[in-house]
Parts: sequence; C-alpha cells; structure tokens
Amino acid sequence: MNIRVADIDAKSFGRIDIADVSIALGDGNDAFEAVSGLDFAVAPGELVCILGPSGCGKSTLLGALAGHMPVTAGRLTVDGQQIQGPSPDRGMVFQQHTLFPWKRVRDNVAFGPKMRGLAGTERDRAADAILKLVGLSGFEAFYPAQLSGGMQQRVEIARVLINQPRVLLMDEPFSALDAQTRAMMQEVLLDIWGKIPTTTVFVTHDIDEALFLADRIVVMSARPGRVIEDIVLPFARPRSHDLVTEPEFVRLKRHVMQLLRRPDGREPLARLSPLGVTS
Amino acid sequence: MATVIRARLVGTRWVIRGLSILACIALWQVASVTHLNLGIVTFRNVPPPVEVAQSAVALFRSPKLAAHITSSLWRVFAGYGAAVVIGVMLGFAIGRSRAASDLLLPPLELLRPIPAVAWIPLSILMFPSSELSMIYITFIGALFPIVLNTVHGVANVDRRLVASARSLGAGGPAILREVVLPGAAPSIVTGLAIGMGTSWFCLVTAEMISGQFGIGYYTWEAYTLQNYADIIVGMLIIGLLGMGSSWLLTTAGRLLMPWRSSKVVR
Repeated sequence: MNIRVADIDAKSFGRIDIADVSIALGDGNDAFEAVSGLDFAVAPGELVCILGPSGCGKSTLLGALAGHMPVTAGRLTVDGQQIQGPSPDRGMVFQQHTLFPWKRVRDNVAFGPKMRGLAGTERDRAADAILKLVGLSGFEAFYPAQLSGGMQQRVEIARVLINQPRVLLMDEPFSALDAQTRAMMQEVLLDIWGKIPTTTVFVTHDIDEALFLADRIVVMSARPGRVIEDIVLPFARPRSHDLVTEPEFVRLKRHVMQLLRRPDGREPLARLSPLGVTS
Repeated sequence: MATVIRARLVGTRWVIRGLSILACIALWQVASVTHLNLGIVTFRNVPPPVEVAQSAVALFRSPKLAAHITSSLWRVFAGYGAAVVIGVMLGFAIGRSRAASDLLLPPLELLRPIPAVAWIPLSILMFPSSELSMIYITFIGALFPIVLNTVHGVANVDRRLVASARSLGAGGPAILREVVLPGAAPSIVTGLAIGMGTSWFCLVTAEMISGQFGIGYYTWEAYTLQNYADIIVGMLIIGLLGMGSSWLLTTAGRLLMPWRSSKVVR
C-alpha cells in the first residue's frame, strides 16, 4: 500500500557522513567522552536506527547532528556541508513536550514557515495539508495539552516535516508512550516516511522498535559509545507488526540482545540529553 | 438528575457564604452599639455599620469622592505602570544575559530588603513634589516582585523549547517573542498580581503621610477630623479598588493565556 511517491527525489539529498567523530561533555573534572571514533554514513532516503544502552551517547550524536552541540573531533556533514548550529534542514523530534504549549496545533506546525516569512494564509494551508497527512485533521485548533501523547508526537513530526528537511532526527520519540500507542505510532511513522521519503536517524534503546522500523541498525556500546555492529535488515516493506514473530526477526533480535548484554551486576547509566550537559 | 442536585448544593453553599458575611456585619453592629470592651480592644469609638452606610451614601453624593479616587488611581497607574515597563525589561535582561545579571542584580538585591514604606522620608526629600514622591513609592513597591518573577519565568523557560525553536529556524528576536515571552508569561502575571497588591499598600501609606487628595489621605483625614464612620468608608473603598485591580489582572491574564485554561479532552 505504501508506495514511495518520490523515490527519485529521495536519492538526491539527505546524505549524512560521520567521519571519526568524538564528542566530550562536561567541563573540568566532570568531563567525559560520550561517543568516540564514530565512523559511518547514512544514504539519502535511508531509515537508520541507532540502538544502544541508555547513556551510550546516541542522543548526544543526534544532538550534534541537529547542531545543538559541537563535536570534539572528526567531521559531521550533511550533503557535504559541515554542520554549524541548528537548521530547519535538520529537523529534530524530541522524546516529549517540546510543542509550544501556547500555540494551537496549526500554529505549532506553521512555526517553521512563519520563521521563513511565509504569509499567514499560505502557511496555514501548508500546515493543514501536513496535519492531514499525519492523520490529525480536525485537531488544528486544539492546544497541545488537549491531545494525547501519541497525537502530540504526530504534531511534532508534522512540525518538522513541513520544513522539508534533508534529514529527520528522532530522539526516542515514542519511548514515553504506552506500548499500544507506541506500536501504532511506529506504523504511522513508516506510513509518513513512505509518503515523504526523508533520510531518518532514529535513536532508540528498544530492540523491537529498531528492528521493526529500520533499513539498517547501528548498534553502539556503552559509554564511551562506539559502533559495535552495523546490521542491514532484510525485511521487505511495507511492514506490519506480524513481522515481530517471524523467525528471521527473532534471530536478529536474539543476536542484538547478545550484543547489548551488560556485564553482570552493572547498573545502566543515566540518559544523556541531546542538548548536552546542563550548565 | 445529578446536575440538578449539584446545582442545588452549589446554591446552598452560596447561601451559607452570604449568611456568613451578614453574621459578621450583625456582630459588628451589636459590638459597636453596646460599646463592647474586651480589655485589650474596645469598640467604643467604632461606628456601627448603619452609620458607615449613611456616610458612604453621603460621600457617593459629594463631588469629593471622584477627586479622591481619580488621584489615587492616577498615582497607581503611573507608579505601577512604570514598574511594569521597567520591571519586565530588567527581568528579561537579567534572566537572559549573564552579563546583565552580574551588572544589575547586586544593587537590586541590596535595595530589595528595604520595605517601600521606609523610602517615604527620603523620597519626599528627593522629589520636587509630594505627588512624584508618592508615585515613586508605588513604583518601588511594585518593582521588586515584578522583576524577580520575570527573572524567574525567563530563566526557567524549558531549554528544549528554545532548542526546538532554533531547530525550526527561529533567530534571537523570534525566540524572545515566540518562546521566552509566552513561556515566562504565567510567572510574569504572578509578579504583576503581587506587585499590584504591594503598590496599593504603599500608595495608601504614602497618601496618609504626604497627600492632599487620594483615598488614603481621605481615610487619614477622617481620623484627624474625628469622622469615624468615614474611616471605615475609606477602608472599604481601598479594599474595593484593590479587589477591582487584581480582578482586572487575573481576567487579562486569562484572556492573554488561553492555553492555560483549555480543558483536556483526551
């Protein structure tokens, strides 16, 4: 059902190159290396999941891709251009609660076009169109607080995609949702991604989620995060949740669990913020 | 059925509230008519409510009332208005910039513990007219709560919201306008409400000491002329004016921040 309408477009931009990237956080005695020696690329239109234990620096890498923090070593480029600060070209969806509570759904989504200087009626029309795409027609005039967690995340995705970004960065966007809503939102995301093919880097610590969504999984070790395996998934699209019981899915899941097994008795680290350490 | 019962319950509660006020007035009447003396406090010079009502009617018929109220309102408008403009600007600067905070906060912190009323003698010396010194007292009274609440609101705006706005293409001024201002608005309105209360308090005190018109002056004049009923009329008008201005503020706050009262319909 999910025919990718713009396959040709998707090939033309959205390439990410991560070349020998290390990122240190904190100052003085509290400084530590969050990620170290990362070296991989994401092809245009690809959906890559970065999977790793909490605190492994995967959100830190995403924050650096978004431009919210600098890298300590190496080069981060999108379509050959080095990343310097945040840009609507690299849309970021956070875990939760980053919609503007004082703006109605339509105005939240139209924020990017407003910043570009688009006129009111024009940006409202664009916002309504993309809200229809994410399945939120009829909720344009609601405030975020009036929506469920899943609906709020749909608004987040719409608000980022309206800017037609080169890359879509998602930081555990569904991890605050209940299991049922999360499964539904994963299908919604694949559906949207099918219609607007955008290079997507999706950070998660949920193995099932990564296996269900991705073209490719980059598995990271505990801090300092390094790539321990790069797995290309063989599953055909469109996907449905029946996939999770198929033997190949289960085999890969067992393999990834093995990779991520913690040494006995070690507690997981605290989650790192994609905005770095609070000063 | 349930709503009918609930409506009746609400009605009963309002009847009880009304009766409570009536009972207080009745107690007051009895206490002042019988010159109740409790040793440490006496009602001998307290006029009964009936007399107060008569004085109130007399005042409402005289042209003096308008003059007193307009001069008080003007002073609050000027002093409080200046405090709002300067306080919010200072609050934004201090909350957003470390340099501004280092530069502006220390002197403000030194002045803050001094009650506005303690400024009265100095301000009479500092300003050419008593009018200006009274406006200054209302200004000082309102300034600190407004500054501090604005700083608090501005400094505590969720940095993920700022990061999101930046990611969506917002520059510095747009972030101030679209994110920081609405994000800090609830805290600013709290500061404005506290400031409104202290500014009335300071005004009335200042008027009692150096005014020639104004509702605080009227109340104090009533005391010196031994029109005891007028004292209470003045007190009641001060209360009403304070209540009216805080009602205006909360209503304006509700209208300006509709997202805060939107009902959750999941």
